[in-house]
Amino acid sequence: MEHSIEHTHHAGSVKLFLYVWFWLLGLTGVEVFLAYEQLGVKLMLTLLMGLSIIKASLIIAYFMHLRYERRSLALMLMPALVFVVMMLFVVFPDSLRLLHMRPQ
Amino acid sequence: MGSQELTGSAHLHEAAVRESAWGGGGSPFAIGSKKLGMWLFIVSDAITFSALLIAYSYVRVASADWPMPFHFYPSVIKATVMTFVLLSSSVTMVMGVRAAKLDQRRTAAKWIGATMLGGLTFIVLHAFEWATLIEEGVRLFKNPWGTPLFGAAFFTLTGLHMTHVAIGVIYLGVVAGAYGSGRLSSEDVEVSGLYWHFVDLVWMFIFPLVYLLSVKMG
Repeated sequence: MEHSIEHTHHAGSVKLFLYVWFWLLGLTGVEVFLAYEQLGVKLMLTLLMGLSIIKASLIIAYFMHLRYERRSLALMLMPALVFVVMMLFVVFPDSLRLLHMRPQ
Repeated sequence: MGSQELTGSAHLHEAAVRESAWGGGGSPFAIGSKKLGMWLFIVSDAITFSALLIAYSYVRVASADWPMPFHFYPSVIKATVMTFVLLSSSVTMVMGVRAAKLDQRRTAAKWIGATMLGGLTFIVLHAFEWATLIEEGVRLFKNPWGTPLFGAAFFTLTGLHMTHVAIGVIYLGVVAGAYGSGRLSSEDVEVSGLYWHFVDLVWMFIFPLVYLLSVKMG
């Protein structure tokens, strides 16, 4: 009981929220900076999506409190989401083929 | 120290829910059914947005002449400010949920009001952004620069997101009013907060994929 009270206090502390907020703003700044660097499309996409996934994870873990819920909740929700998104990518390679097959 | 804080029926109920994990009649995730319902909705809505973002990426990769029309001023700077506003409104929302957990009804309602203001600012800025593009000649099925798919992808993605923000502002208004006058519990505030953070989260993907990957260089 002692432990869980301490836990909720930590989970809801203003300091933590502001800390997460600064990180989110900082990462957004890095993204905008990257947009004006002359990087290859693949590298750019990897960096931007990597940063976005980090930002989304911060929001889910701390603002949406998922880190402090019972682990089974995250285990039910997240793998299912990741799996479906991966399935959505199944037809994606066709887009490259389409680019070359389209009549000009 | 801990046991004194665990008074009141809400806490007792919460304790009961936590103890009866898999015993039947309880909640295996130790959360209320409203919160679980919102989480399930969020996952399904996340899949909707994923499908749209992947469809957008698909048509973009498949098109040789995808336009990259966003100038630093006004588009990118405006979208960056919108990101800032939305992220900040998430912080005011967690403050509102925190106040609600501490049973400070008026404070919670004020924080939720601030969150709604952030949402409205976002919608207004985005409306100006749409107006700029429409003035430049972008329509759902044509634009002056390249493949007509650009307009369809842009307006569908940002439009669906803006609809979510608008619904969120209304939802928060209803929750703030009903919680402030005692008709809703702090759990309802928390559940509305989950929705708001999700809308923020989706923008974290739309912003780089739609704006930052389409900046006009030079």
